[in-house]
Amino acid sequence: MIVRELELDLDAFEGPFDLLLTLLLKEELEPADVDMAEIVIAFVERLAEREELDLEACGEFLVLISALLELKARALFPDEDAELAELEPEEAAEELARRLAEYRRMKEAAAWLAERLAGERDRFFRVGPAPLAPQPERKLAAQDPEQLAATLRLLAEPPAQVSLAHMALRFPPVAQFLDRFRAVLRRRSRFDFDAEVGSLSRIDQAVAFLALLELRKTGEISLAQAAPFSPIRVSRPNNERGSEWIARSA
Amino acid sequence: MDRPLRLITANPVDQLARTVEALLVVASAPLSAEELAQAADDDAERIELALGLLSDRFREGRSGIVLEHVAGGYAFRASREAATACARLFERPVERGLSQAALETLSIVAYLGPCSRPEIARIRGVAADSAVAGLLERGLISEAGRDDGPGGAVRYRTTPLFERVFGLESSAELPRLEDLGESAAEIRERLHSVAVGKTA
Repeated sequence: MIVRELELDLDAFEGPFDLLLTLLLKEELEPADVDMAEIVIAFVERLAEREELDLEACGEFLVLISALLELKARALFPDEDAELAELEPEEAAEELARRLAEYRRMKEAAAWLAERLAGERDRFFRVGPAPLAPQPERKLAAQDPEQLAATLRLLAEPPAQVSLAHMALRFPPVAQFLDRFRAVLRRRSRFDFDAEVGSLSRIDQAVAFLALLELRKTGEISLAQAAPFSPIRVSRPNNERGSEWIARSA
Repeated sequence: MDRPLRLITANPVDQLARTVEALLVVASAPLSAEELAQAADDDAERIELALGLLSDRFREGRSGIVLEHVAGGYAFRASREAATACARLFERPVERGLSQAALETLSIVAYLGPCSRPEIARIRGVAADSAVAGLLERGLISEAGRDDGPGGAVRYRTTPLFERVFGLESSAELPRLEDLGESAAEIRERLHSVAVGKTA
């Protein structure tokens, strides 16, 4: 029987014994999380399956498990090392018995609680967060009426008006530009759109452009532009036949 | 006046009993007699009388609501005969999946608390971190200061909910620790007999 190949199924670990040892030595597993009694039980069960007593395996197991127990004990009670090391065998046995008795009592108490819980299973009650206690009344220090009035006056003062001027978009009527362009075309046979509206604001220019499209739609003017972004040439429709580019109706 | 005269024999604490009843209905945890007296603005002696009246009115077999003395106070609960119906509607999540490790940890805190995780680990022989976390989450234990000295470990004690879940009037109702398990002398004797038996 090879102790290192002993298969273990513990809460904190599942696999062969030697892997558990490796993980513990590499400190990837906390010794405190490993139930040593389970390992001993697993070993004893394997041992019981065999007819012959494998003394060599027993010896190896004893060495390994005692080393593990020491490791775990040191991890659990780091400051008790010195205290326990000084104990005589008789005192150590006494200490062991005392601790076992302490644990046994707690185990019995846990059993009592479990039994009690089973008996109380049919007791239903409402559990909720504690309700909010009433807010204690806050006593204010004596106040000066003058100061209070001054503070209130500050609050009552209306805030300064915020200017929204930059947000207002006022559009001039399109008709204004329709009349203007018609008048220009009555005087001249053609004109340059950019030159005509260059001095206006961007909004006026946009409305003027709409008027231009409107005139084109009704066939009152012809439009020509040599290239994208080049000046738009506006002319009376009969004069512009055969020009290189005629704007289509918007 | 043709109507016959009726003799009205109202209990002197009847109105106070109704107030106490109302307070217990709105409370989410047991209320002590002192808390009831304070809220009802009455004296503790009359509160005890009113509670006696209510205990009789709200008892098993007479009402679906039962007044119980639990966790150091008074609280209403459902009657046991309605438990099956209650179980169809609710479950008691506090105790669901309470493991052996959790119960042992709870016992240690109940008897030795306030106590810290290292103390629990020393008694149980395994780390108590997850058991303590589970009990905290269920509200059965709560933090109760720290061990003395710098970096002292957090200490824990049981909560009123623990007493309520286990149906205890107070922790004094727990069995005496000395009456549980074997004594150190008995264990020592048993260890000795095992050792002698092995070497024989």
